[in-house]
Amino acid sequence: MSGYVGDVVALARKDLLLELRARDTLPAMLLFVVSTLVVFHFALPQGAGDDAAYGLLWVALVFTALFGLARAWVPEREHAALDGLVLATGDRSAIWLAKTVAALAFLGAAEVVALPAFAVLFAPLDAAAVLGVVLASVGICVVGTLASAMAAAGRGREVILPLLVLPLSIPLVVGGVGASVSSEPRTYVAFLCLYDAVFAILSWASFEYVVTE
Amino acid sequence: MPARITLPTLSVISVALMAAAVTMIFFVAPEDADQGISQKIFYFHVPIALTAYVLFGLGAWKALRVLWTRGERYDLESYTAIHQGTIFGALTLITGAIWAKASWGVWWTWSSNQLVLFLVLFLFYCAYFMLRFSVEAGPRRERISAVYALFGVALIPVSFLAIRLASDFIHPTVFTREGPQMTGTMFGAFCVAWAAIVVLALVMYSVELAGKRTDAHLRELREALGR
Repeated sequence: MSGYVGDVVALARKDLLLELRARDTLPAMLLFVVSTLVVFHFALPQGAGDDAAYGLLWVALVFTALFGLARAWVPEREHAALDGLVLATGDRSAIWLAKTVAALAFLGAAEVVALPAFAVLFAPLDAAAVLGVVLASVGICVVGTLASAMAAAGRGREVILPLLVLPLSIPLVVGGVGASVSSEPRTYVAFLCLYDAVFAILSWASFEYVVTE
Repeated sequence: MPARITLPTLSVISVALMAAAVTMIFFVAPEDADQGISQKIFYFHVPIALTAYVLFGLGAWKALRVLWTRGERYDLESYTAIHQGTIFGALTLITGAIWAKASWGVWWTWSSNQLVLFLVLFLFYCAYFMLRFSVEAGPRRERISAVYALFGVALIPVSFLAIRLASDFIHPTVFTREGPQMTGTMFGAFCVAWAAIVVLALVMYSVELAGKRTDAHLRELREALGR
């Protein structure tokens, strides 16, 4: 495999392999999301109903994504590996796409645990809600990877990242909660698709400007 | 700022327009039958909100120029426009809260889509400053700021749509803040008020930009003198 797709696959594989060997991010994300759900049980007053729980599920997912994204560029920052990647001959947007794929894989793995745990501990999830989670995960990884690269360029990156991602994730939460609780989830699913498309194109096109001097 | 109109002239125009707007709002436009005197804040709130959009758009346009031409001056212009936009955004939230208190008896209502949108945008653009000041000055900061500013103009319609959708499951009741149709004089007062606010924004933008440019020149001079 060569060219653009080859670059993306090689870079994403590198991130997944690193995680497989070091196990820096995924176990922490899994523990975080389950701990958050347990905290939410105590935060919800008795008789709060399923709708409140669905809302809190989205808070848990957004914070878990942030947790993973905060570490997204750590391997590249160490030993200035990002400079090497930027200097390579390939298209720089491939770096962003590969990182998004890797972040999505981590978040997906956390959700594979979080969603059944939520269904057992709180309320059942239907197909529309799961589709909402999938689409919103794509959206948050798309913008989060770029925001994380921006935050990594400055001081206090761990503090800046949530500030950048949370306002951008509000439409995703709206779409996700709508897909979970509405009797007409189609509109919300379509909205999430629109969000993903708009911000994927924007992030893909602008990543080069974020990492080059 | 247009090159032919100097800043003092623009300031005089701004003061004159503002005086005309206040006169029209309080002495020419009739009082709203439903809301009474409290409806007058509409003539400030809506133009300020529209001007904030214009400033955010201007900031994004200049950001696009930064990425396109790599011009340093556009970075300063983009930053200043977004700074002013955030100030006008904060004013929108404040005037909106006052209007909400007068009309509905509460300082804040999640049912007002425009106010909620401004809250989201305000948070988004506040983060712009956090991001900008965390990165060392230079071409990289210019580009990162520019990309973030461009995300802002994409976020405006997407958030607007999201908040419209959210109101379906958060608050099914919808307040209409426009009330009855505007009369001719009311619309005239609104247009003059909007022109006054736009010119005021232009003056504030020009003053801040001139200050920032002077500051940058001074810094360059200091560096050249080795201090």
